[in-house]
Amino acid sequence: MARIIVVTSGKGGVGKTTTSAAIAMGLAKKGHKTAVIDFDVGLRNLDLILGCERRVVYDFINVINGEASLNQALIRDKNCNLLYILPASQTRDKEALTQEGVGKVLDELSKDFEYIVCDSPAGIEKGANLALYFADDAFVVTNPEISSVRDSDRMLGILSSKSRRAERGEEPIKEYLLLTRYDPERVKNGEMLSLDDVQEILSLQLLGIIPESKSVLTASNAGVPVILDEKSEAGQAYADIVARYLGEDCPHRFVESKRGFFSKLFGGKK
Amino acid sequence: MPNNLPVLEFKSSTFFAPILILFNNDIVGIEEALEKKVKLAPEFFKDSPLIIDLSEINKHSKEIDFVQITQLLRRVGFFPVGIRGGNEQQNQQARELFIPIDTVRELTNLIITDEKNKPEVAQKGDSQAMPATKQETINAIPPRPVYVAATLVTQPVRSGQRIYASGDLVVMSQVSAGAEIMAEGNIHVYNTLRGRALAGVHGNTAARIFCFDMQAELISIAGDYKTSEDLNKQTYRNPVQIYLQNHALIITEIV
Repeated sequence: MARIIVVTSGKGGVGKTTTSAAIAMGLAKKGHKTAVIDFDVGLRNLDLILGCERRVVYDFINVINGEASLNQALIRDKNCNLLYILPASQTRDKEALTQEGVGKVLDELSKDFEYIVCDSPAGIEKGANLALYFADDAFVVTNPEISSVRDSDRMLGILSSKSRRAERGEEPIKEYLLLTRYDPERVKNGEMLSLDDVQEILSLQLLGIIPESKSVLTASNAGVPVILDEKSEAGQAYADIVARYLGEDCPHRFVESKRGFFSKLFGGKK
Repeated sequence: MPNNLPVLEFKSSTFFAPILILFNNDIVGIEEALEKKVKLAPEFFKDSPLIIDLSEINKHSKEIDFVQITQLLRRVGFFPVGIRGGNEQQNQQARELFIPIDTVRELTNLIITDEKNKPEVAQKGDSQAMPATKQETINAIPPRPVYVAATLVTQPVRSGQRIYASGDLVVMSQVSAGAEIMAEGNIHVYNTLRGRALAGVHGNTAARIFCFDMQAELISIAGDYKTSEDLNKQTYRNPVQIYLQNHALIITEIV
């Protein structure tokens, strides 16, 4: 049986798709056969981040409707042969997703894969609800700002009440916090919520902090998951997160600013 | 995969049932009236559940045999499912027939009957040779308290979630901003309260709110409320209790 991970947030633009791509790639790189599914039907993005948009023939909705087999729709990643992508449909909307259809696809994937990463769309509508419904673990992606934290809190409420595990009275979904776009310097200046501020409201198990980094945008535009950029802080942070998730002991980094005395004095560039 | 689906589940729900108020203890008259009514709309009354209200009869201290009236109703085609406003003897008869007693209504009725009819009952007791001791024991029985179990919540109450308790509500975890907790009784939050807390929602002015770390968006007792803007900054982030005094919400620190 595969472990199903939902990457969710409520709010848009916080880094769900970036995180989904990085985490899925990270798990595959560690030797686990992983599938990543784009639930953002109508606003297909995941294939762009993973650089496979030119190889999309069939999509998630085709599989749900029985118009294509799962093997026809799954795209094998060119960087790692243990990673497969199930892209969203760009021409349909979220109404095309059905609980039964999603359940069937996940069941079939479960037979063959170790991890299934569900990239949730923003909002709390059908697409987001179906992305989390079957999950075993939830990665709650949050930016250190108040509206993102509030939306994550709302999402946590939905995770604990509207998932299959909740409906069946099983062990609840395991929830992890991923704090993205964190800038210790701005936290110090009081311009950004600190990790403690966020945790005071959410009180979740922290899986990792991803520092604000230019490499994220560069990687997205190049269609290469940022986790493959081992020199970048964001890439290292995602690698840490995958290691921590797999049970490795890995101290948290990027909480404190590492800029030295001189750069602070002269306000050097980041 | 272990099959740990629950076998059953309790849910609260509201049902509608007609109430039959009896004004007279004339069984023959009641039967005639009922049959007339049923004839008007036989389909509507067929197998209809029914709650029998005896408060009017008992107000005028008329004797009625509850067993007899139940048998009559069943014969006409009703399902008696409850009794309200019955006296001790009628309630006992109802229990033996496995018919539930509406206790809330029973309480209020008992009090009204006691206050209004005490002298009258005493006089009648004389004239009808009712044993005085029995009358006394009936009046001496205190109204049975209505016990509603407290609701316990151990998970965090997240933004957008609502919790309603028909008795007291005890929350062991935090209540997030944008969450709403409501109780007909008291509210206890042994953690941070950031959302809305409404106690005594059915008008219980004696209800109180207790919380460990007061950061609420809104607090209300029996409809009187304050928003965070009006809350005293001194009690902010402190353990407090909130109660109602002459329609004013009083917030005091718990030392």
